[in-house]
This record gives sequence, structure tokens and C-alpha cells, in this order.
Amino acid sequence: MTEHILRMTGITKTFPGVTALRDVNLAVRRGEIHAICGENGAGKSTLMKVLSGVYPHGQYEGEIVFEGRRCEFGGIRDSERAGIVIIHQELALCPQLSIAENIYLGNERAKRGVIDWNRTNYEAGELLKRVGLRENPTTTVSDIGVGKQQLVEIAKALSKRVKLLILDEPTAALNDEDSAHLLDLLRGLKADGITCVIISHKLNEVIAIADSVTILRDGRTIETLDMASDRVTEDRIISGMVGRPLDNRFPPRTPSIGEEAFRIEDWTVYSPSQPGRKVVDGASLMLRRGEIVGLAGLMGAGRTELAMSVFGRTYGVHISGKIFKDGRPIEIRTVQDAIRHGIAYATEDRKRYGLNLIDDIKRNISAAHLKGLARRGWVNEYEEYRVAERFRESMNIKAPGVDSVVGKLSGGNQQKVVLSKWILTEPDVLILDEPTRGIDVGAKYEIYTIINRLAEQGKAVLVISSELPELLGLCDRIYTLTEGRITGEVPRDQATQERLMYLMTKGQE
Amino acid sequence: MTSISGLPGLRRVVPQKYVPVLVTACLFVAMFVAGGIRYENFATGQIILNVFIDNAFLLVVAVGMTFVILTGGIDLSVGSMVALATMISASLLKDGWPAYAVMALVLVIGAALGLGMGAIIHYFEIQPFIVTLAGMFLARGLCYTISTESIPIENETFTAIAQARINLGGDLSVSPSAVIAIVVVLIGAYVLHYTRLGRNVYATGGSEQSALLMGLPVARTKIAVYTISGFCSALGGLLFAFYSLSGYGLSAVGMELDAIAAVVIGGTLLTGGSGYLIGTVLGVLVLGLIQTIISFEGTLSSWWTKIFIGVLLFAFILLQRLFSAGSRRSPQ
Repeated sequence: MTEHILRMTGITKTFPGVTALRDVNLAVRRGEIHAICGENGAGKSTLMKVLSGVYPHGQYEGEIVFEGRRCEFGGIRDSERAGIVIIHQELALCPQLSIAENIYLGNERAKRGVIDWNRTNYEAGELLKRVGLRENPTTTVSDIGVGKQQLVEIAKALSKRVKLLILDEPTAALNDEDSAHLLDLLRGLKADGITCVIISHKLNEVIAIADSVTILRDGRTIETLDMASDRVTEDRIISGMVGRPLDNRFPPRTPSIGEEAFRIEDWTVYSPSQPGRKVVDGASLMLRRGEIVGLAGLMGAGRTELAMSVFGRTYGVHISGKIFKDGRPIEIRTVQDAIRHGIAYATEDRKRYGLNLIDDIKRNISAAHLKGLARRGWVNEYEEYRVAERFRESMNIKAPGVDSVVGKLSGGNQQKVVLSKWILTEPDVLILDEPTRGIDVGAKYEIYTIINRLAEQGKAVLVISSELPELLGLCDRIYTLTEGRITGEVPRDQATQERLMYLMTKGQE
Repeated sequence: MTSISGLPGLRRVVPQKYVPVLVTACLFVAMFVAGGIRYENFATGQIILNVFIDNAFLLVVAVGMTFVILTGGIDLSVGSMVALATMISASLLKDGWPAYAVMALVLVIGAALGLGMGAIIHYFEIQPFIVTLAGMFLARGLCYTISTESIPIENETFTAIAQARINLGGDLSVSPSAVIAIVVVLIGAYVLHYTRLGRNVYATGGSEQSALLMGLPVARTKIAVYTISGFCSALGGLLFAFYSLSGYGLSAVGMELDAIAAVVIGGTLLTGGSGYLIGTVLGVLVLGLIQTIISFEGTLSSWWTKIFIGVLLFAFILLQRLFSAGSRRSPQ
């Protein structure tokens, strides 16, 4: 039982400006189900990418020993040949091809270069039986649900004679029934001698299925626990995940909180890609003037979806619920409506959705408020330049001038441009989605200062963040969101990382 | 900082976004100087004016194309629209319609067809390539419902415009068509750089998703650029009718590709969001100057024009690729 199938020692992986993994160790015993837990950004997925050769040998430091041999994978094909298969959170299936074609993609059953379809479909059928999927192998993948697609991925892994199966958040997109089936299947694979590594945010599943768990935090290994001998509980895992001291990374602020500014009630949003799946489920929340409110939730909880559906219905279908501004009900159907009602949303993916990277600072700042800078369609370029210069000074955007191309700025300065753009529209309510993602510590402090200043001006701010310390340091009140439902509302003086993590993972209180 | 070693000095002195335009400008000057050294009577102002005169219609069409490409779209229908415009003008003039009424009608038809294509592209979310391809066949087909033969234009106004020359002093003169083309360029440049519509065009091409989330009217912008392109191709058709004094269903075959080539050589990114109308003007001038040089050479067949254009296109697309690769690496 003590034989290790995999041993990763001293793994360090750096990206420009960030160290994602620092001297991480991982040892997986043969035939066990090994869970990896950690907050968003703790380095779980990066570690698995190192293992599977997505980051080839040479791009990281440290040693991987698999089945007693040192491995230097140059790519995914190498690791698959050794028997390591990774199933990513975003499934890698071709939706237009059949189940059987997908299973043998890149690994076709062929005789002298000609595909043997009988054998392909027959063997695919056998694999489907093994994973308990009752579908015809010739069915197109886009015709089956996400839960079944996950099973197809596992069947595909089995076809490659997998010895170590890695699943990244396998149940994140599944409903309870599909999740339960998947977990059963993993137990069956374990009985067949296949070792599994599972990354999951759902701690109840980890407790239910794993034999041991490794906890990562900030790119370091914190500990590896044996489920049976260490009597691991969810609380034990949570304290390992968050046990980080809060240092003085936040500017001081004395909140002065006023009247209610913004409220949504019973907000429900359905997924546009998976019909019938509720992404946001009856959520209600309220912001007051001068208040900074946090929205905490793990990846896939529906935070961004909630924000975007409120912001001019830019996400989701069959949206229902009520929005109130200053106590009066309002209708928001488009982004223009939202801006008109004084609502701004700074996206989590500023490079793709927040900025025009190939244009300069002044035009990015003015983009959402051209109406105010133009008369009868003609843009007042002098005024635009003046406004942009004003923001460059007040927001401390570090650039040679407002003519600089936004794509060349650092993350922190890009974020300041995004905030400038929205502040220029003079909003009363700002929804900031991961405002400090990918930003270094110094710039984070500046962004926090800006957020505080906005609250002082009497604006209501909703901050969505994956980093609990950030929410604890910044917010007056924090809502937790789990699987689209608001599961808690914690005022500042009662908020601790443990309590929030508990609400974020446990579900309804 | 980048892998491009050829232009380090240039990149330091001028902002990167102007480099493609400058490269085209340098190329144009180099060709002009080389022509002047090689041929007698080449290096005169009239040569450049003649390029404008001979390519006025292409310039106008390319202006519309620039708008479309800046949003990240493409308009394949412009060549057929030019032919359709010449056919409608020629046949209506033959029926005795007044010249100015014909011109107005042709422009309205061009804009309307562009508007229709833009609306289909936006509301049905079909790729512009497909929609304008359909538009290209439609317009070309409509030409033949009017006539399969070439129709000569004998209208007095048209012939007067065709033969008029505006004296610029010295020995220099231009045609009214060239003046119209330059006016269109100026208006286009003004709209692109000083109006909200222009800003929306660049923003849509830079990142349509971002533009949507900034609350910009992406729908109106996309429809507007195809309308502008339709209008410009109809106007280009009128200029072509002045130039050829006839309407023919087979005229301007492949002109859409010349227009796209001019825009790309002018430094506008095919993916949208970056480029200048002055670049497009230079692109048209380069194409025109190649033709002039080949006609001066005398021994080369006119197909060499196509070969040079092909080589130039490759060169410019490679150049763009290198620059975009360079700018992607540099933020880190």
C-alpha cells in the first residue's frame, strides 16, 4: 500500500512576473484516489499541467518519477504514452464528431492507414459499457449532455491504457445525479487498479471519495493528509486551504454608509449553452451608498454570470427577477440601459472584454462615454485628451502619455484604464469583477485605494473576487454564492476566511 | 524587445501604429524615384495625377472597403456593385433619364444594397464573407437582366464630366473624378477620426466583445459600414462610367480584390481595429504606379502588374504578422 506510482519533488514553475508553483511535492500511492485541494489560483491546475507535459520538461524545475522512472515529458503525447491522462475542466471533445470518433481521435483503429469502422465502433461500445454510458457509439457528441460527455472523456482515457487518470474539477458542471454517477465510476476504476488524481472544490465529494488529500496554498504544498488515519473533515481541509495571515495590504478606510442604492431580487438566469441549467438561482442582494460589498464564490459558482446578466443581459437566457435602483424598480435590457441607470461593470477578463488593446489610452477611456464628449456625432478631441490626461494623473496610470497603446501597459495600469473608463460614465453602482486579477501587490494597493475613494464619493461598489483575504480586507459586507444561490451574508466584523469558505463549499445554510 | 531587426530605428522614432503606413509611403517614394531614374519623362507631377485619374473609382471603392475591414469584416460585393452601377446608369441614360437623377438613384441603390447586407450580417450572425459573396453574385446577375451587351453612354453631362480637365497651373491637370475621389477620402478620414461613428468602427474591430460591454452601438456600426461600402462602390461605379463611358456587366471583375489589396498594402489589419485611410490612398497609388511603370517598360505584359501585387501582398502580410507578434511579446 505504500508503493508510490507518482512522486513529484521540488516542482517550481514561474511565469513572467509570477511564481505559480514553489517547491511543490506530491506523492500518489498506487491504486488510490488522491484529491488536490486549494483556493482558486493556488496552483492546482498548473501542477497538473506540469505533470501531463503541457509545460514540457525544461520549463519547470524539479523531478517527476512515475512508475519508478524519471520522466521528462516533452508534451502531452509523451505523458499519455507513459499512461498519464488528464481530463480538463473544459472538455476537449469535438462536438460534431461521433462518440467513437472522439474516443479514438489521434489514436484511430486503422489497418494500413484505412480506418476500420467496425472495430472502432465495437471497441468504443465496449468502453462505453465499462463507464456505464448507454449511448450508441455513433451518436454525435453534441447530442449528449455534459455529464455524458465527461464519461466519454473517461472512456477515451481508458482507450489509452491509462494508469494515472487526472480529473480537473470533473463535477463542476454536473448536476447531483451525474456527479454521483461519476464518483461511483471512479470507485470502479480504482477497483480495476487505476490511480486517480482529482482536483475538486466540492469538499463533500473529496471526503466521500478520496483516500488522501494534498492541500496547496499560494503555489506551495501545505500538507498531505491520509483520510483514514488523519480523520480528515471538511473543516480540517478548509483551515489548510486558507491558513494564511492577513497582513497590512489594505488602505485604511472609515465607511460612511447611506441609503439603499441598488437591489436585485429573486434573480434567476439560465445557461445559454446547456438548456434548463440554472446558473443563477433566485439570488437577491442589496448595496447601499458608500458601501463596498463583496461577492465570494468558487469558480463556477455563477459570480460573473450574475454580474453580466444584471449588466444589460450580456449573459444568459430566460432571465427573471427584479432590479431596484434607489428603491425604484428599473428595467435593464441592454448595456446602454445599464449605463443610463448609472451602473458600470468592469469585467474579469479585461484583455478580452474590457479593453481595445490595439488602441490608445485616451480612446479606451472615452469609449463608454463618447456621448458626453461629442456633439451631434463629432467627437471633441481636445476635451477627450484633457479628460484622459486628468485620469492619467488622478489614477496614476504609468504610461508615457495618453497616446500609448493599452496593450503595452502592465496589468495594473490596464485595470486603471478600465476603471477610468467606467468612472467617466459617472455611475452610482460599480460592479468590479476580479479587479486585481493578474496584478502585482503594489498596484493592488492602488486599486484598493481607488475603490475606497469611489465608496467615499457615495457610490455603491460590488467587488467579486476569488481571493478571500481581499474581500475581508476591503468589504463592509460579503455575500457568498454557491451554485448560483446566495448562501450567506456576513458583515465585516463576523467575517473570517473559514466561515466564508464554509458557506462557499457547503451550500445553503 | 522584438524579433524584428530591420526597422529598429524607425520603431523608436515613430509610434508603431504608423509604421505600416510609413513603410507604404517609403515604398511609393522609392518606386517613384526608381521610375524617374530609369525612364525619361517619368518623374513629373502629372504622372502621380494620372495615377489618381486612372484609379479614382478604385480609390473610392477602397475607402468603403477600409471602413468595412476596420470593423473586422469584408465586402466582396463591391466589384459587382461597380458593374451594376455602370449598367443602371447606362440603361437609364439611354431611356432619356436626366443625368443627375440617374446619379442619385444609383447611389441610393448602392447604399440600400449595402444596408441590406449589413443587416443580414448583424441580425442573422452570418459571416460577412458569405453574405457579401451572395451580394456579389446578386449584383453581377442583375447586370445581365439589364443587358448582356455593353451599353454606350452618350449623355451630354456624362461625356462632359468624362472629358473635363481641371487645370492646376503649370502643365498639371486632373479630372473631376479624381477630385471627387479625393473629397471622398477627406470626408472618410474625417468621419473615421473625428466622429463617434469612427470611434465605434475602430472599437468594434479592436474587440467586438469589449465594444458590446462598453455599451457601444455595435449593431448600428456594423450596418453603417456596409452601407458606406455600398454607397462608395456605387459612387465608384459612377466614376467608372465617366471613365469608360459605357455600362457593361463584365466590367470591374475582381475589383473587390484590388480594393482589399490596396487596403492591406496600406497597412490596415485584416482583423480590424487598426489602420488609416491615408494608408489606403497610398495602397491605391502603389498599385497604380506599378501599372504605370509596367506601361513605361513597354516590353512587359500587363500581367506583371498582378505578379508585383502578389509579391507586395505577401510582403505586407508578413510585415503585419511580425508586428503583431512583436507587440504581443512586449508587454511582459
